[in-house]
Formats: sequence, C-alpha cells, structure tokens
Amino acid sequence: MSERVTLPSVTEERPPRPAPDRFARAEPGRALRLGLVRTGLETRMFFREKDQIAFVFSIAVVMLVILASIFTTRYRGLDVTVSQVYAAGLIGTGIMAVSFQNLGISIAVERDLGGLRRLVATPMPPSAYFIGKVGSVFIVAVIQIAILLGIGVAFFDLELPSAIGPWLTFVWVFVLGLASMTMLGIAASSVPRSARSATAVITLPFVVLQFVSGAFIPHTDLPDWLLNLSAVFPLKWLCQGMRSVFLGEEAAVLELTGDYELGRVALVLAAWTVGGLVLCLLTFRWKDNRTK
Amino acid sequence: MTAVRVRGLRKRYGGVVAVDGIDLDIQQGEVFGLLGPNGAGKTTTVEILEGYRARDSGEVDVLGMDPGKAPNSWRDRIGVVWQSTADTPELTVAEIIGNFARYYRHPRDPGRVMEQVELTEQAGKRVHALSGGQRRRLDVALGIIGDPDLLFLDEPTTGLDPEARRRFADLIRGLAAEGTTILLTSHYLDEVETLAGRIAVIARGKIVAEGSPKTLGGRATAVSTVQWVGEDGLHTIETDTPAKAVADLYAESGEVAGLTVTRPTLEDVYLKLIGADDE
Ligand SMILES: Nc1ncnc2c1ncn2[C@@H]1O[C@H](COP(=O)(O)OP(=O)(O)OP(=O)(O)O)[C@@H](O)[C@H]1O
Ligand SMILES: [Mg+2]
Repeated sequence: MSERVTLPSVTEERPPRPAPDRFARAEPGRALRLGLVRTGLETRMFFREKDQIAFVFSIAVVMLVILASIFTTRYRGLDVTVSQVYAAGLIGTGIMAVSFQNLGISIAVERDLGGLRRLVATPMPPSAYFIGKVGSVFIVAVIQIAILLGIGVAFFDLELPSAIGPWLTFVWVFVLGLASMTMLGIAASSVPRSARSATAVITLPFVVLQFVSGAFIPHTDLPDWLLNLSAVFPLKWLCQGMRSVFLGEEAAVLELTGDYELGRVALVLAAWTVGGLVLCLLTFRWKDNRTK
Repeated sequence: MTAVRVRGLRKRYGGVVAVDGIDLDIQQGEVFGLLGPNGAGKTTTVEILEGYRARDSGEVDVLGMDPGKAPNSWRDRIGVVWQSTADTPELTVAEIIGNFARYYRHPRDPGRVMEQVELTEQAGKRVHALSGGQRRRLDVALGIIGDPDLLFLDEPTTGLDPEARRRFADLIRGLAAEGTTILLTSHYLDEVETLAGRIAVIARGKIVAEGSPKTLGGRATAVSTVQWVGEDGLHTIETDTPAKAVADLYAESGEVAGLTVTRPTLEDVYLKLIGADDE
C-alpha cells in the first residue's frame, strides 16, 4: 500500500557524497607500520623523561642494590643466599615497574594534559597507539632485565642457567608477566582523575604489591596468609617463575608449597593478560575527565 | 557544496545548557568566524563538529558525515587546533611535526609547514623550551600538517604577538585561497573581521546574529553619526543617509572643520548583540 513510485530523476536530487572509506582495507598493515613508528617514538620519549627513568626504570635496580646488600645470609642446608632470592624476585619488580607503573602513570598524564586528545583528532588508527606502548614497554623491559641480571651476576652471586630449559621458562614467564602487567597498566591509567594524582594513585598499589608478593621482603619471611592473599595478583607468580629460572630446583623447597608450580604461574599470568585486555577494551578513555 | 551543516544542535553539562539549538551552514572554501564571549559555547560546538564531544540532540553533518560516527579516514580531511595547547613530552618540534605527518595519508611537507608557522629556527628545540606563542604555532602546524579540507581553529591566536598574529592571518588567507574551509573561533573582532567571509555571533549557546562582517547586526544600514565643528562648537547628527547629510551641510556651510562620518564599528555591533542578550 505504501509502495512508492520510483521517479526517474531521483538520483539527481541526491547531493554527491564524499568517497567512502576507501582506505579501510589497507588498515591492518597501516596500523602495524604506524605502531612501529610509535614504538620508536615512545621509547625515545621514555628515555628522555628523566623523572620516568628515575622513578620507573631505576626502582628495581635501587631496591636490588640496597636489599641484596643488606640481607646476605645463606639459607640453612641450601646453597642459596637471600641476596640471590632478591636478585631473582626483583626481576618481577622491574617488569611491573616498566609496564604497570610506567603506563599507568604516563597514559594518565598524557590523557590529562591533552596528548591523547591530539592523537584522536588524527587518522592514526587507535591500535597503532597501543602497539607503540606495548612495543616500547617491551624494549624498555629487555634493557631493564639485562641491567638487573648484570648487577645480580656481578655482585650478588646470581647464576645464569646453563641449560636451555630454564631459559625457555624465562621467555614465557617474561612474556606473560609483561603482557599481563602491560594490560593492567593501560587499564589502571583510567583510574587517576588528573595528571597530578596519577603518580600517587598508581604507585600505592604498586608498592603494596611489592611487599605482599615477596619482592621487597623475601617470600620466605612472609606469613602464609599474606602469600595466599597475593596469590590473587600476578606479581607473586611472576616472581615465583623468575625464581624457578635463576635459583634452580634445589631452592624450590623455599616456596610455599615446596614447588615452583609453573603450571599455575602460566595459568594465572595468562588469565590476567586476557582479563586485563578485556578490562582495557571496556574502560579505556581517549578523553580527559572534563570531557563528556 | 556544504562543508558543515548543523540543525538544532544542543548540549548540556548537568544543569548548564552550553549549546542551545544552533543552526550553521558553512560552504566549502569559506572562512567562517564564530564569535562570542567566554562561556558562549564556541568550544563545545566546535568540539562536537570535530567528533570529540557527544551531542545531546540535533543534526550534524561535517564533510558529508556525522562526526560522532565518522570512520578513521574522515580525520584525514579534518585539521584541529584545540583551544588549549597540549603539554607534549620530551620531543623536538621537528620530531612532533614529522611524526604527525606520518599519521595522515596525504600530509603536507613538514619542513614547509615549519616554515609557514615560522618554527624552522626552533626545529631542534624540545617543546617545553618553546615560548607560549611558539607552542601555539606548533598547534597550528599540527592542525594543517594533514593538508585538511576543513580546518577548525579554536582561538588560534591566543598568545601570539601582533606581528605573529598578522602573519598568522596571511597563513589563513593562503589556506583559504587553496580552497581550505576554515571554522575559526575568536574573541578578537578585528581578526575575525579581516579574515572571515561570514560571521556568526554566539551568546549563551544561541546564535544571535549572522552575516558578513559588513552587514553583521544590520551594520551596513545602521544609523551613522555625522560630526563637525561649527563656529558655535561641536555638532552631531544621527542619520540614515549620511552622504546626503554631508552634501546638505556643504551646500549650506561650505567646508567645515573636523568633519567625520562614522558607522558603528563591528565591536559596537558585537557588544550590543551580546549585551542585548543580557536582558
Ligand atoms: N566539561 C564541561 N563540564 C561542564 N561544563 C562545561 C564543560 N565544558 C564547558 N562547560 C560549560 O559550557 C559553557 C560553554 O563552554 P565553552 O567552553 O563551549 O565556551 P566558549 O565559548 O568556548 O568559551 P571561551 O571563550 O571561554 O573559550 C560554559 O558555561 C562552560 O562552563
Ligand atoms: Mg572556548
């Protein structure tokens, strides 16, 4: 009944529209290419920001030098010193600092001071931004770990494994640990309400986790209930995985369960990576707190 | 062709109505000035057109698309200069401009853009070491680096010295001559008067007048004031026909001293427009 008669001239009345998104198909390659461009840029920015280096990059190094120098006793009946336990566990701190702590603060600041806003106004694919963050965090983390291992080996009797097995463990613990902490850092960046509050808001949970997860205090000195509590979070598992790599099977008795539980390490870290990614997708804001 | 078409645009923040039913039509190639006092709703309007803010209601069409739903490639054709400059991290002017150029599919030449905004000498400087006006020029550079079809400039000359402001005006005229559509907000009447082909005055979220700088607010036909000094002192008459008044005066008294004919300046008109809204 309501069928319309098509008039022959109807096409002329419609104003011409601009070309549709003819670049859409080339998007993935473009995102990756720009992501690599941004990786370089982000890394350069990181190393130029002196506060960042001091606060994010050096914290594990400083803690390692201080803590491993103070506590040097040997565990009874074992060929393992507290220094060595620190040197292994603080790799977890280093990874969390350059990812969670670094991104949680820097993205919050970027958002509040207008950097993100500037980017969203450009045709840069949003994924390129995240590739840049992840890429630069990876580079910074590799440098961070090289420094920590160098100090550990040179001054605190840390032994690098000679077999391939522990190194494979190292790679997956590193990748999963870094991935989960990176996702959580990006997600956490939405919590601070301003650039000024960012450092405080992000650092508090960071420091608390260091203590309860047995990074700043040897896990052997922590009460079980605290270790059980920290088992919910990824840091404990990250440190545990690193201890398995650098302290060897013999020292597994120092763990809560007498075992490094690598299966659970993988499971918890992977779960946090996926959960963190979902959290990022749900909560990431390009706009500052004042914009609705 | 219409570059921007807005109908019944509304936006409120909690209880504050920032934009209260605005209609706009900006033709392609036009330089359009949005003039209004603090808090009038300029930034809100512009940021909605840029796709940065969400609107409560109204129709918005920018370069043929709804900015709230436009795809990534739409931003290739848009340039944005924000009202407040971003605090950019430890990068140099050349690095930032060079990087932004890569985000666009058809960028302008970064070196040329740096010349245009006169930052060539500062190319190697970190952004935090720039002066306020130099930062503003960097903002402008980032707005035009993508060679946009439509450029949004939210109070672009804030912080520029008079000389830089004059050269900025030249830059805008150059862009307009190349066919770039420009939407400019400003408090500076003189600036808008010389740059914009059309002006809308916005107050309290409403457009209170629209027209060319010459006709805005009935300025072309507004009452003129003819003044001269006669033997018995200053004479002032207000008239709709100033030329005739002067001719009559000449016929009657010959040359007179201190003769002036003035029309209300744009500033007078503008102040009246936004003042009239107070009542
Ligand atoms: N994020 C926000 N939250 C709450 N109110 C806002 C917000 N942004 C703007 N407003 C209010 O909306 C109104 C219009 O603001 P807008 O920034 O659009 O004005 P403007 O014309 O750009 O002013 P100015 O010339 O000072 O830049 C003002 O009353 C302002 O207080
Ligand atoms: Mg404004």
